[in-house]
Amino acid sequence: MSPVMLDLFLRSIWETLLMTGASGIISLVAGLPLGLALVATGRGGIAENVWVNRVLGAIINGFRSVPFIILLVALIPVTRLIVGTSLGTWAAVVPLSIAATPYYARIAEVSLREVDRGLIEAARAMGGNRWTIIREVLVPEALPGLVAGFTVTLVTLVGASAMAGAIGAGGLGDLAIRYGYQRFETTVMIAVVAVLIVLVCGIQWIGDRIVATLDHRKA
Amino acid sequence: MAEVLAARSAAPSDEVGADVGPVFETMDTVCSAPAEAVVRLIELKRKFGTTAALDGVSLTVRKGEILGIIGRSGAGKSTLIRCLNGLERPDSGQVLVEGRDLARLSERELQPLRRRIGMIFQHFNLLSAKTVEDNVALPLKIEGRAKPERRQRAAELLDLVGLAEKAKAYPASLSGGQKQRVGIARALAARPALLLSDEATSALDPETTASILALLKDINRRLGLTIVLITHEMEVVRTIADRIAVIDAGRIVEEGPVWKVFAEPRSEVTRSLLGTIRPRLPSEIAARLSQQPGGEAILRVEAAGEGARQPFLAELATAAGLPFRLIHGGMDHIQGQPVASLFLAVPARDAGAAGQFLDAHGIKTEVLGYVAGDA
Repeated sequence: MSPVMLDLFLRSIWETLLMTGASGIISLVAGLPLGLALVATGRGGIAENVWVNRVLGAIINGFRSVPFIILLVALIPVTRLIVGTSLGTWAAVVPLSIAATPYYARIAEVSLREVDRGLIEAARAMGGNRWTIIREVLVPEALPGLVAGFTVTLVTLVGASAMAGAIGAGGLGDLAIRYGYQRFETTVMIAVVAVLIVLVCGIQWIGDRIVATLDHRKA
Repeated sequence: MAEVLAARSAAPSDEVGADVGPVFETMDTVCSAPAEAVVRLIELKRKFGTTAALDGVSLTVRKGEILGIIGRSGAGKSTLIRCLNGLERPDSGQVLVEGRDLARLSERELQPLRRRIGMIFQHFNLLSAKTVEDNVALPLKIEGRAKPERRQRAAELLDLVGLAEKAKAYPASLSGGQKQRVGIARALAARPALLLSDEATSALDPETTASILALLKDINRRLGLTIVLITHEMEVVRTIADRIAVIDAGRIVEEGPVWKVFAEPRSEVTRSLLGTIRPRLPSEIAARLSQQPGGEAILRVEAAGEGARQPFLAELATAAGLPFRLIHGGMDHIQGQPVASLFLAVPARDAGAAGQFLDAHGIKTEVLGYVAGDA
């Protein structure tokens, strides 16, 4: 591999990590409260409100049903508003985050919903308020699932970031398409895929480790 | 643990119970109650769909007692105990705790009051993500106590329930009995005035059940803590309760000191719930029972308290000269009171005389039937 190619390669890895990391963190910060809101307003939740729940659910489903490549283009005005430009790595973080947030919200919802209702009742019996229930019961008890779900979201973001090449965001996926596919450089293609495999396995491995140390549900 | 009680009276909302509103004429149990009431339920009603879980329940919990509420599943006992700390709201009626009507308080107003009421659960409901120590300290964290105080109190309570060495363990590594001990420690953390037990031993084996009940009794005595427990097992009530209330189809059908209700159950439900722990006529004899006088009469003999302290069987044989055979049964001691439940066989012609003799001594008899030949 030529020095130029190597430089391009390293830059692409960095761009992928940046896009995945930044949008991952944003989707976590925004998706978890959304997931909590879904569970809390849902049937039998701690702040049951059917209408809020339905509207929230509809919005989340709406975003989730738009193909990412469409979302990428459709969100260009929003991106320009937030980042100041519609091109480049940081510009890709906006649509990636907006796509991943409802995705993670649903994943978080599933984990949070699985928390034993008896535990919520116990916290209420102790005189805990909703905030106590969220902080002491829902989130800590669902944490292994929340982390496992976040791992899945990150891996999905690695894949989605490949499409971000369409708006000049760079990254490994873009490298594979432009050099590997369009220029028939098989070596680049194989190298990119190899790096992506290592990246995905790494994320999954770290996620699994964290889940293992957090999970005290089994003796 | 004297400091537990001392500190309890220092808690803010302790203007308790002596003057808890009007005494209702309809409730003789309330009017005759000698001890002050911790909780008073008045005409509680709660419907789920078309079925009434509570259909006019009036009940008083007296300070320092262990009240056992027993009923079959679906009788309304879970709804009832949840009304006591406002986890469930009645459709109508009052829940007077420390003079305030829980049924009328908002969720926010209920929260500080709930801190004065501990609760333990059938499935323990311990937080899996927290250590034993942090589970026990959680009510204190909710109260906003500082960490050193929480630690110290948790250690104190774990000591009380005999699990001091498990402070840093996670609940998943504990046995069922140990989990319930942690549950009890947690329920006591905020120095409650009342402890609610929701089928706390139903998921435990008999041996563990006995040890948990002994612990509850011990806590009741040492801390003077009032306990309300619901259960479907008479054995639980028999072992630790002072008073029993039997609930069926959302109504209290029978209420009184445990030994009295055990000795003289008035309702069909009570009798059937008692069926499993009271002596029963052996089935092979029951199968041969006929209502046609002849052969031997089978008598059910029941006595409790004073009556059961007399040597009535000896007198039946010597003073009345009536020969009898003991078929089945025995004496039990409930709350220190002897309760006798026996099945006797006497010659058919002597059945009337035996009944009269025992009745005269305040002992209840009933001729169940006759068995031809040897019973």
